Amino acid sequence: MTEGIGLGVGLLSLAIWVPIVAGVLILMTGGDDKSADGQRTLALIGSVLGFVVTLPLWTGFDTATAAMQFVETAQWVPAFNIHYRLGVDGISMPFILLNSFTTVLVVLAGWAVIKQRVGQYMAAFLIQSGLLNGVFAALDGVLFYVFFEAMLIPLYLIIGMWGGPNRVYAAIKFFLYTLLGSLLMLVSLIFLYFQSGGSFEILAWHRVPLTMFAQTLLFIAFFFAFAVKVPMWPVHTWLPDAHVEAPTGGSVVLAAITLKVGAYGFLRFILPILPDASREYASIIVALSLVAVVYIGLVALAQSDMKKLIAYSSIAHMGFVTLGFFLFNPLGIEGGLIQMISHGFISAAMFLCVGVMYDRVHSRQIADYGGVVNTMPRFAAFFMLFAMANAGLPGTSGFVGEFMVILGAVQVNFWWAFLAATTLIFGAAYTLWMYKRVVFGVIANPQVAEMKDIDTREFVVLGLLAICVLGMGLYPLPFTEVMHTSVDNLLAHVAHSKLAY
Amino acid sequence: MNNPQLATLPDFTPALPEIFILIMACAILLLGVMFKDRDWAYPLTLFTLVAAAAITVLTSVPQVQITFSGQFVDDPMADVLKLMAYFATLTVAVYSRPYLIERGLFKVEFFVLVLFALLGMMVMISANHFLTLYIGLELLSLSLYALVALQRDSAQSTEAAMKYFVLGALASGFLLYGMSLLYGVTGTLELPAMALALQAGVADQPVLIFGLVFLIAGLGFKLGVAPFHMWVPDIYHGAPSAVTLFIGSAPKLAAFAFTIRLLVNGLHPEVANWQGMLAVMAVLSLAIGNLAAIMQTNIKRMLAYSTISHMGFLLLGIMSGTFAGYAAGMFYVIAYVLMSLGSFGLVVYLSRGGAEPGLEAENIDDFRGLNSRNPWLAAMMAILMFSMAGLPPFVGFYAKLAILQSLVGAGYVWLAVVAVMFSLIGAFYYLRVVKVLYFDAPKPNAPVYAAIPDVQALLSVNVLAVMLLGILPQPLFTLCTYAMQMTLQ
Repeated sequence: MTEGIGLGVGLLSLAIWVPIVAGVLILMTGGDDKSADGQRTLALIGSVLGFVVTLPLWTGFDTATAAMQFVETAQWVPAFNIHYRLGVDGISMPFILLNSFTTVLVVLAGWAVIKQRVGQYMAAFLIQSGLLNGVFAALDGVLFYVFFEAMLIPLYLIIGMWGGPNRVYAAIKFFLYTLLGSLLMLVSLIFLYFQSGGSFEILAWHRVPLTMFAQTLLFIAFFFAFAVKVPMWPVHTWLPDAHVEAPTGGSVVLAAITLKVGAYGFLRFILPILPDASREYASIIVALSLVAVVYIGLVALAQSDMKKLIAYSSIAHMGFVTLGFFLFNPLGIEGGLIQMISHGFISAAMFLCVGVMYDRVHSRQIADYGGVVNTMPRFAAFFMLFAMANAGLPGTSGFVGEFMVILGAVQVNFWWAFLAATTLIFGAAYTLWMYKRVVFGVIANPQVAEMKDIDTREFVVLGLLAICVLGMGLYPLPFTEVMHTSVDNLLAHVAHSKLAY
Repeated sequence: MNNPQLATLPDFTPALPEIFILIMACAILLLGVMFKDRDWAYPLTLFTLVAAAAITVLTSVPQVQITFSGQFVDDPMADVLKLMAYFATLTVAVYSRPYLIERGLFKVEFFVLVLFALLGMMVMISANHFLTLYIGLELLSLSLYALVALQRDSAQSTEAAMKYFVLGALASGFLLYGMSLLYGVTGTLELPAMALALQAGVADQPVLIFGLVFLIAGLGFKLGVAPFHMWVPDIYHGAPSAVTLFIGSAPKLAAFAFTIRLLVNGLHPEVANWQGMLAVMAVLSLAIGNLAAIMQTNIKRMLAYSTISHMGFLLLGIMSGTFAGYAAGMFYVIAYVLMSLGSFGLVVYLSRGGAEPGLEAENIDDFRGLNSRNPWLAAMMAILMFSMAGLPPFVGFYAKLAILQSLVGAGYVWLAVVAVMFSLIGAFYYLRVVKVLYFDAPKPNAPVYAAIPDVQALLSVNVLAVMLLGILPQPLFTLCTYAMQMTLQ
């Protein structure tokens, strides 16, 4: 199944290593900003190349099978039976594209804004992008863990080096929080290695019989690892800090991709490896998800900082994802996946919009704005579209996922669906109220009066996202088609108890 | 004279590297006395180490050779650890040259003492007998005491040396007492013979346990694990950085060999008795090392506490009592020595003022904003810190993975959980160093470091090794597994 290009290197390997190599090359051009222009160009070439090599994954994808595709296997550490094993199915493939696409946007977004240590900034994002692709493509437990952990390093540096005033606190909090979860996962991975008779292959783990006791402990460990990343209430507190302090690009990557890693972990590890525990504790996850949707939605309403508001809205939207996953029906899981992709576009767009304003006024406070539409009409139009999508307006991608999850929830429990549906109200409330205060009204202060409308670069970035948001909202079929077989297969697998083996 | 053992000479070949180092150390000392105005000591030391490595490789055979009437053993584990010890010593010599020159310590004494310490380590690594172990240990310790006090006019160094000496003597006393008790119980001082005697069963169990406790207490002192860790931060802090670099690296290899020889070669039948003690010491070290390191502002002290926690991790591997655990321990100690060489090496490398000789870079604050002054040095330090914190893709991750795997494999899942939880706490202070390197602005009058080509090149090799072994750890695993297999048969 290995799709070879040139020297027999697989597509997935290219998707991982092209950005990383580009990043290392940029670092080798020097740490001072003398060659900043060259470094920017190199970063753009690297990110575009990184995106181009992922395109065949989509075009060459076989939607009829649930098996892993584009598989690559090589021995890595025979002492522990660790393999360099890559492959994607309908669940993971879209995220590799999403990630590589977002990286291009991030490079563009940081083009003129980042003036200090440009090379390191770009390199960090490129390396991060490669590592994230690795997370989604890894089929070996340790390989997954290596990518999962290693991606903390560039993100830590991004937040800490280019972030806001409270960046150090946010960076360390982010790092330690996520490390707590992953270290517990490491012990679980080793435990599974022994349970499966000496294998780190994730697909083999899907078939390992486990007692309820073992499943419960593993569930707790994995749950910590992934819930922190998602993040689910009540372990979400690192996210608003990290988002607020991170530079625009950092927020975009955090929201669009890093959060998805947690949700992806639920589908790749928790549901198939621990099906009995998953069903047993589904109600707890659902409860936590609903708290996130309702309570965090209310919290978002009370924010005075735009980035914080979007951060909280991310948590609420991710609550939908975890809710969908634990409904155990195709609508729920596919809805959750669609919501993940759509949230990747929308949150990226929202953070970029805030970034556009921040670059001009250097404030994220809603109170410092007002009447932006008068000075930046083109920008206001884009912002409007994304705000509507964030609120879940039909016709935008934000609607599709939420609607599917709500439909899936009705099949299981009406009241869950009812509570989940309140997000359509809260989401509209906090997003549109923020939009109204920032964009409409009279020009609030001289700084707003001096704002210049978006330039071509910003127009391209926001325009690309707008196309994605609308395209996915109007015609989501290609996305569900890709996932469908894999999701069905996953559900069939989860329905099968592991205790009976 | 009828005794055949006395009639024929012992086989000297297995001990050739030791003999060579001894001769060279004496020769360098003599040359230093005779030609005071020549700087021969440094190149000769480097030559000695390279030649010793060649001898070790050439005389290496894939089997266990015992010579000197059962006092001395040469096996693949000894060869691997010795080669690593030469490398560490060579690295120490290269890293500390600018530091020593700047402080007027670049003298023959430093190199002779380092070589004698190395000889002590080699004897420890190859000991097959309680007396050989003890002689090696004392040779190492006495050389180190003198090295710590090398900076004669520094009150801090003198105090550290004194402290080291008193506590080291106490630990030696413990060891000797434990050894004598074990001798009383088993009637032998030879390690394999002792294992056989213990296997057959001994009459006086309480005395045996008593001896074991003393032995392990002495071992704990030498390894620097809690609750016998008090000397470590003071000595690391007080000694000149170049000496700290030495103490923090190569002797750990010897300490590991010491533990394996003693507990596995000699006392393996008593595994159930020493396991518990080791587990307690390991967990205490992880707790104290990681918690105390958080509060340090001096990077040498911080790294000293981090050493304590690393040694605790190492003990966990040995404590599992399985082959996988010993091999993991060996991997861990080699990985640790690489990381320790790099991190102390950077401290030594940056401890130079240029215009202001004698400037130390030993407070974490001195590293502020290193990234904007010298990105490559900052990146190297960051890599070492992440590796020590056990993050992939650096060698520290595989070292921890191997130990955790041996723990879970031996059924100590809860110990593995405890270990990773303390790793999490440990991550904080390593992250803080990275924060200082990257997030903080440099001090206004911070020196800009001109590269010293040979030192910087070796440092880069050192750090790249940490990274490469983290990406492709298999060769080192193969080596450690092979060495352990040959040694434990």
